[in-house]
Amino acid sequence: MTAGADLAELALQEVEAFLYLEARLADESDYDGWESLWTEDAIYWVPAGRADADPRAQVSVIFDNRSRIATRLNQLRTGKRYAQSPASNLRRLISNVEILGRTEGGDTEVGANFLLLESRARGLQLWGGRTTYRVRRVEGELRLAYKKVVLVNLDEPLPTLGFLI
Amino acid sequence: MTELLERRDYGALIRPTQVHGSLYTSPEIFAAELARIWYTTWVFVGHESEVAQPNDYVRKKLGQQDVIMTRDREGQVHLLLNRCAHRGNQVCEDERGNSGSFRCPYHGWTYRNTGELLGYPFNRGYGGKGQLEKRLALGRVPRVDSYQGFVFGSFAGDGPSLVEHLGAAAGELDRLARLSPEGRAELTAGWLKHRTRANWKLLAENETDGYHPQFVHGSIFSVTDSPIGALYSDKSAAVTRDLGGGHSENDLRPEFRRVGKPMRWFGTTEQRVPEYVAAMRDAYGADAERIMVEGGPHVMIFPNLFVAEIQVFNIQPVAPGECVQYVTAVQLAGGRELNQRMISQSIGSVGPAGMLLADDTEMYERNQAGVAARSPEWLDISRGVGRESVDEAGHPVGTATDEVGMRGFWAHYRALMEAQ
Repeated sequence: MTAGADLAELALQEVEAFLYLEARLADESDYDGWESLWTEDAIYWVPAGRADADPRAQVSVIFDNRSRIATRLNQLRTGKRYAQSPASNLRRLISNVEILGRTEGGDTEVGANFLLLESRARGLQLWGGRTTYRVRRVEGELRLAYKKVVLVNLDEPLPTLGFLI
Repeated sequence: MTELLERRDYGALIRPTQVHGSLYTSPEIFAAELARIWYTTWVFVGHESEVAQPNDYVRKKLGQQDVIMTRDREGQVHLLLNRCAHRGNQVCEDERGNSGSFRCPYHGWTYRNTGELLGYPFNRGYGGKGQLEKRLALGRVPRVDSYQGFVFGSFAGDGPSLVEHLGAAAGELDRLARLSPEGRAELTAGWLKHRTRANWKLLAENETDGYHPQFVHGSIFSVTDSPIGALYSDKSAAVTRDLGGGHSENDLRPEFRRVGKPMRWFGTTEQRVPEYVAAMRDAYGADAERIMVEGGPHVMIFPNLFVAEIQVFNIQPVAPGECVQYVTAVQLAGGRELNQRMISQSIGSVGPAGMLLADDTEMYERNQAGVAARSPEWLDISRGVGRESVDEAGHPVGTATDEVGMRGFWAHYRALMEAQ
């Protein structure tokens, strides 16, 4: 095994640990913890209709910059965001994690599949899809600069998505 | 209840200021609504800008019907039912595209985008060419018409024209178009599809309910310092108007006129959108100030088209306790400076994760659970009945938070459901 492969393996482990942390904070509706993961230039995107739609020309389910992530979380923190009050019970599995490469800006791009169970009064809802993350090291810690969640059913009618996906 | 429905007597379920809970839950009533409302009256289906080019097509819903909206090579818009005349297979699988014909995958029958049967393979089995074309075709929505580009379909072969159906609400679509320097609103930004476990009427009633925003949307108003909440308060000069025909509006113009600042309705100032403001002044001259002060309409057009200033909703029923909200951002021809912001604001507000509509939808779904309770059996729609007035056009008007629109909705609903 070469030194290069060693490094890649370590990086994958560290990245996976970061994705699991992000997933756990989202599952547990830990809004402060989840918000602290994001960089200042963050993009949080859930496209609708087509995965490759231009989010500035077509509507998306979510297309938040850092400021709108803060607004979304502040609304949740009021306790009167009824779509998420009470909060959904959530658990997600992340799998097939791959480091896809580096962006021009130096972020590490990571792909993963996910399955998520949401339980609330409406019933048990299964969500699933493919997530692309861009992860960056900031002052020694990994941070999330970009998260794009492509739902398998992004072209179908979706129930309310009030939680952090 | 079956007996009441057979007699078409809805007086036992719809009173001037009360409606019965079973109207939202009964499968029999839902079936009757499909027949007498969704497959009779004019229903909003889509917009001409979604099929801008000859031979463009896009799939839509009209009630529970799977419909293809096509534009033929001459430019005419058609609503075709997505069902092969042979064995009932779906002839169109793609969500949208450009094609002059549709080919059924099952046995290869082909149809023109106007509905005519073009061909069927191994045609000697039918006695050769020219045998089936006269009697078989794709189903067509018999009446298709549009107003300001909004395409409506009616399954009734005759009845009121679209303009008669729209009545006073037509002027609200005119207002929307006039926000464009070129006089055209377009719906080209795609649709969010929000599955809603509630009866469609709860949505139609809520769209011009000015009583709920302070409560349901208090969370987002409080964290954004939004001025929207104040439009729907006891102190607001805005009014709720029953436009007739089941249509209603929250007329916010009195509030925007009071402030008197162009583009305030859009949460911006004229300095921040200078190109747009200049184009509007070029296009509309002296009227431009008024148009830019008054802003867009907030109108519910019976039974399923809701224009919320910069968003357009298309509500389609699925079952007594389920419907889908299709929603998009308005795009104004010649309104480049506004259009991207309209998309961004819409993403923030509406659809499954919208900071406004996800909460409305939560209310719809809790309402749907609530109306199934055995007691009380009735919902109250009396708010403001004692202070209702009639405007110069003869429309009942209430304050910003009154249930005038709901009463108008139910009066028209009852007339359609009781029609012989």
